[in-house]
This record gives sequence, structure tokens and C-alpha cells, in this order.
Amino acid sequence: MEHGKSMKEGVLLIDKLIFYFQYPFVRYALIVGVLIALCSSLLGVTLVLKRFSFIGDGLSHVAFGAMAVASVLNFTNNMIFILPVTVICAVLLLRTGQNTKIKGDAAVAMISVGALAIGYLLMNLFSTGPNLSGDVCSTLFGSTSILTLTKGQVVLCSVLSVIVVAIFIIFYQKIFCVTFDETFAKATGMKTDFYNLLIAVITAVIIVLAMNLVGSLLISALVIFPALSAMRVYKTFFSVTICSVVLSVLCAVIGILLSILAGTPVGSTIVAIDIVAFMISCAVGKVAGGRA
Amino acid sequence: MEQITCKNLAIGYDGKVLLKDINFSVKSGDYLCIIGENGSGKSTLMKTLLNLQQPISGKILYGAGVKSDEIGYLPQQTVIQKDFPASVREIVLSGCQNRVGMRPFYNRSEKKCASEMMEKLQITNLENRCYRELSGGQQQRVLLARALCATKKILLLDEPVSGLDPKVTEEMYRLIEKINCEDRITIIMISHDIKAATNYASHILHIGEEIFYGTRQEYERRCTID
Repeated sequence: MEHGKSMKEGVLLIDKLIFYFQYPFVRYALIVGVLIALCSSLLGVTLVLKRFSFIGDGLSHVAFGAMAVASVLNFTNNMIFILPVTVICAVLLLRTGQNTKIKGDAAVAMISVGALAIGYLLMNLFSTGPNLSGDVCSTLFGSTSILTLTKGQVVLCSVLSVIVVAIFIIFYQKIFCVTFDETFAKATGMKTDFYNLLIAVITAVIIVLAMNLVGSLLISALVIFPALSAMRVYKTFFSVTICSVVLSVLCAVIGILLSILAGTPVGSTIVAIDIVAFMISCAVGKVAGGRA
Repeated sequence: MEQITCKNLAIGYDGKVLLKDINFSVKSGDYLCIIGENGSGKSTLMKTLLNLQQPISGKILYGAGVKSDEIGYLPQQTVIQKDFPASVREIVLSGCQNRVGMRPFYNRSEKKCASEMMEKLQITNLENRCYRELSGGQQQRVLLARALCATKKILLLDEPVSGLDPKVTEEMYRLIEKINCEDRITIIMISHDIKAATNYASHILHIGEEIFYGTRQEYERRCTID
């Protein structure tokens, strides 16, 4: 009897999923979710190892501020404005890392909080919609925007993802060199400034993309968690990269499906799954311990 | 054959002069030790030689076909490397990067070069081990192998034995001597260990209040007069 009941529930669940997948917006959400998870985790390993984890956080707030400005100025396509602003900030932030006047982490904190405050202020002053706090909340936590993607946005997202993945594969060895030992790379004639710039630009692009999925407050989680989980278990750069991509995509798929079934917010569900994956990785890392 | 010549070189940070009137030249096959107090500008000098920062005035001339992508460098370890997930092979291979150009992957001759260097430094058995789990001496060997992948001519070392115990220190010095003698690779090494410097180096550059440059014998003679 028990068994039959759970079988029935399982079938119902699958029926429900199939029902939802008839809607294009659900399919779009899944496609975009997987692509963003893939891109963000690729770069996550480098950012975490270069001690740039917070750049993602700072840039996402910049993207939020830019979005507020864009909506005040009534741009038809937000991307055109948000993307360049975020890229410029990414470049500036990575520059300050080498400058000693304002330390890197302080600069990130400054720009991040500043953009958040200005963004909220602008949205408040020039509120266009009737439900201001709802708008702000969905921008910060990405509660529904992933389910309102248009076909154009999905195409744009796919194209950008393909470019990001291609750049990562082409420059994989260079990114490794710059991450492991920038001084050595520069001393032996590599153009490290160029590769740092490249990393900054790609990070900005990924963050703007990911804003749709998890909202600007939770983006760092997508970047950091898979990389940290993978680093607990694997011990070469290549295997860590692969593992973090697999883990990130898996968590995104599970998170999106769960949020559809349970009606929870997409972004925070994915991050919750990421946290669970991190804990499991920690345990696995502990058990596997001394092994090389 | 002069490989590096410094003429009236002045070095420092942000326009502030740390050291001036540095004159010396390094010939092919030399073993130059740069010694001096902490904060005397040894590392700054090396960074300037490596083109990581600009000299304030004066000139560095690279002769005998030494280009910046033909210099090997063993830097001091950074905090980032302490918990870096990378295998020994990945790190040694990355030394070949300066010959790769825009090609995304390493070719067979570069992989062979990495294997040979690991063989030479007796770390082939560690090939697939994780860098962060190695001992200090083993890590230095890995970084040395990487530096050797990057050069056939000249090797710059920044305090290669700092933090190593006496036995491993001795091994490291012998290894560097062997590279200098057998492979005819020019060595420029920063050290604050004057005894080791006078044991192994052919030339000494002492920086500080006054700058001395000469052969080891000249340096020892000067020290006994003092």
C-alpha cells in the first residue's frame, strides 16, 4: 500500500513537470539557468583562488545600480546600459588591486555599497511602477524575472555564454598561469595585464547575465560555492574546474525544478542547493582526507 | 659574452630612489649572488632586472640574444600558492607558456621538456601530487623545474632557500650549482646567507650603504681587510 502510494505521487510529480514544460517560459528558465551556472562556475575557480571572491558581490551591486539608472532613464533594453557600466567598474576594481592608495577590498566595499544606495535612491525618487518594494525585491533576489524571459533574452544569453566558454577554453592555460603565479607569468613575458582585464570583463558579463537568474544579491553564491566545493574534493586545477562546472549545473537544474514544483523563489532555492552540495563536499573531502 | 649589463642604474618605488649607481655585468655562465640587508633593495633590483618595474634612471642592457621570454625566475612563494589546487605536472608545464604564443594547448615538445625537467630535479614521482601537500623543499623543486622550462640561458632566484631546513638548503644549493655547471645556465641569486654566497658564487654584488661588485675572491679579500 505504502509503496503504491509513493509510486502514485512520483507519477503525479512527473506529470506536473511535463505539464510545466509545455510552457516555453519554463524551458527558457532552465536553459538560461544551466548556461549561467556553467559560465559562473568556470570563472569562479579563478576568482576564488585570486582572492577576488568579493568582486562578484561588488559588481552585482553595481549592476543593480546601473539597472536602477536604466529604468529611470526608460531604456527599452536595459542590457545596453548595464553591461558597459558593469564592465567599466570591473576594470576599475581590478586596477585598484595593484594600487596601494585604496586597498582592493575597501574599494570593492565602497563601490558595492555606494551603487546599492544610489540605485535604491533613484528607484525611490523616480519610481515608475506602483509596487516599488516588489520591484526592488525582485531585482535583488531575482524572484520572478527568470520566469519572464523573452526569446530575445534567451538568445542573447546563449550567445554570450558560448563566447565566455570559448574564451575560457582558448585561454585556459594562460588563465592558469596568471592565477597561480602572476609575477612569474609577467617576468617570463606574458601580458598579464591583458589577461587580468579579460578576466574582469568576463566576470562582469557573467554577473549581468546571472542577475536575471538569482538577482544581484545572490550572484556571488553561484560564483563561489561550486568552486569552493570542488576544491574540497579535487586537487588539480583541471579536475577542480571540471568538478565545479558539473556541480554548478547540477545544482542549478535541481534548484530550478524544485522551485517550480514547490513554488519557491528560483534564486534562493538554487543557492540553498549549492550550500547543501558544499556541505556534502566538505564531508567527502574530510573522509577522502590524506589521499592525493 | 655579456648577458645583462647595468649602467648607472637607479631603482626604487614611486619616484623615490632606493639605490643608485649600480654598475655590473653578468656574463654567460656566471653565478652572481646579490647580498645585502633586509630592505636594502635586493628584491626591487631583481624586479627591475625582470622588467616588472621600470628603472628610475640608468640602463639595463640585455645582450647575447636574451629576450624577456628567455629568462627563468624562481619567485618567493605567495600566499595564494599555499592552498592552490594544482598538480606538480600542471605547474611545471606552465613554465613553457612563454613559448606557446596564442596556441591554446601545449604541444609534444613542451610536454617533453616538462617531463625532462621533472626528471632532472627528481620530482617525476610527484608528478600527479597536489602542490599544496608537498614539503617546502619539494615545492621549491617544483618551482625550479618550472623556471627551467622557461629558460635555457639565465635563471633568477629570489631567496630560494628561505624557510628550508639546513639539510634541504644544502641540497638546494647543490642543485643550483649543478644547473650552473652542467647546463651552463647563468645564475643570479638573491640571498642573505653570505657564507653560502661565498661558497658557491663566482661573482658577488653587495648592496647597501656602499655597493660592491666583483668576483668572489675580490670580495673575500675586501672582507679580510675590513
